[in-house]
Amino acid sequence: MSALISSSIARKVVMALSGLFLVLFLAQHFTINLTSVIAPDTFNEWSHFMGYNPLVQYLLQPILIAGIIVHFVMGIALEIQNNRARKIGYVKYNGSANAPWTSRNMIITGLVVLAFLGLHMYDFWVHEMAYKYVEASPEDPTRYYAETVEKFEPIWRTVIYVIAFILLAMHLWHGFSSSFQSMGWNNKYSAGLQTFTKIYAIAIPAGFIFIALYHHFNPITH
Amino acid sequence: MNLKLKVWRQNDAHAKGKMVDYSISGIEGDMSFLEMLDILNENLINEGKEPVEFDHDCREGICGSCSLQINGEPHGPDRFITTCQLHMRKFKDGDTIVIEPFRATAFPVIKDLVVDRTAFDRIQQAGGYISVNTSGNTVDANAIPVQKEAADEAMDSATCIGCGACVAACKNASAMLFTSAKVSQFALLPQGQVEATERVKNMVRQMDLEGFGNCTNTGACEVECPKGISLENIARMNREYLKAQAKG
Repeated sequence: MSALISSSIARKVVMALSGLFLVLFLAQHFTINLTSVIAPDTFNEWSHFMGYNPLVQYLLQPILIAGIIVHFVMGIALEIQNNRARKIGYVKYNGSANAPWTSRNMIITGLVVLAFLGLHMYDFWVHEMAYKYVEASPEDPTRYYAETVEKFEPIWRTVIYVIAFILLAMHLWHGFSSSFQSMGWNNKYSAGLQTFTKIYAIAIPAGFIFIALYHHFNPITH
Repeated sequence: MNLKLKVWRQNDAHAKGKMVDYSISGIEGDMSFLEMLDILNENLINEGKEPVEFDHDCREGICGSCSLQINGEPHGPDRFITTCQLHMRKFKDGDTIVIEPFRATAFPVIKDLVVDRTAFDRIQQAGGYISVNTSGNTVDANAIPVQKEAADEAMDSATCIGCGACVAACKNASAMLFTSAKVSQFALLPQGQVEATERVKNMVRQMDLEGFGNCTNTGACEVECPKGISLENIARMNREYLKAQAKG
């Protein structure tokens, strides 16, 4: 068992599985967010469900947080190990001759997305925890839409969100299909999968960008 | 053709190396890259200086001895070739060419451009073989039927010459393409099944012990491989490894 955990292939599989889990989570997150544009009442309803359902709160949320932690801790550990594998670098290294920028810079796009997650958690999760457990405010299933739209009022926050989603797209561009290769899945369907992952890598972040911009340019007038 | 060369010079494994500039003239486009280095060395010897050490043997793209990182790419700018097959016509008059050894912690420099690639030998020794009784009663390999597709794929994997370009190209100095080709050439054949479980476990363990990096699927190895070994080999090795671990 210890041989399995310490092997380079097992570490890659852990990266792949945690990454795929987060990819699935993104689709779910996007679906809920999209309702904030097309049906605010549904957004309120679903957000309230996510915020108060015990299964979501005490099982799915901890699993999600664990998935994020595993993915970035393993990613950083692998990066440190990979740097050790070439202690003396090249004077001239023409990386773009044989591999795209996105695949060579997953650590950069990943760390930017991680930093964004810090802001995102502060914006929504910390606020939510304070509302529920510190202030012990009563349940209000109608507050979520207004709170979300309000968040995108400042231009600086909207710009940060847009930049983070562009970096997320670059991260997914390589990471999504790469995770299948790591798990040993490379066959006649791989070309189709690659196309699907590229579409996903653009569509989901572009959708998040649209939602952020929509709320910025359509504030609630009091 | 007149060229400027920037060449890594290092006296021995423990010395501190540095890039040294040389000018070279009279280079023909039909010369191979190694012939150009031969001329450089003749010039250096005539000047009473130490020639540049570099690996070479067959000079026809078979042995995998010649290495060299040329202008930031293993075996230079061309595809599906080794350095001995790189022609000088790929460069222009007045070009500056940067020549470095393959870089990886697992490939320490011995002298100048020569690196120690015995880490590959040790990976191979850890499981890159099949145990066959050869003491007079060897069974004809053709006695076991092999599917045409499997035979072709195994042959493709077996064309790996162990040059180390995959490691040199990889931003993580990973040896997954080499190791996976060696695992695959047996995993695809019935003769390789007897030791399949232990083979992949032992070879991956040795690869990790040698200090190679982790594969991040950039695909640089596949692009730079002189024999066109495909990333499918890495996926196959990952499958074989997970299967082997599941068996215990």
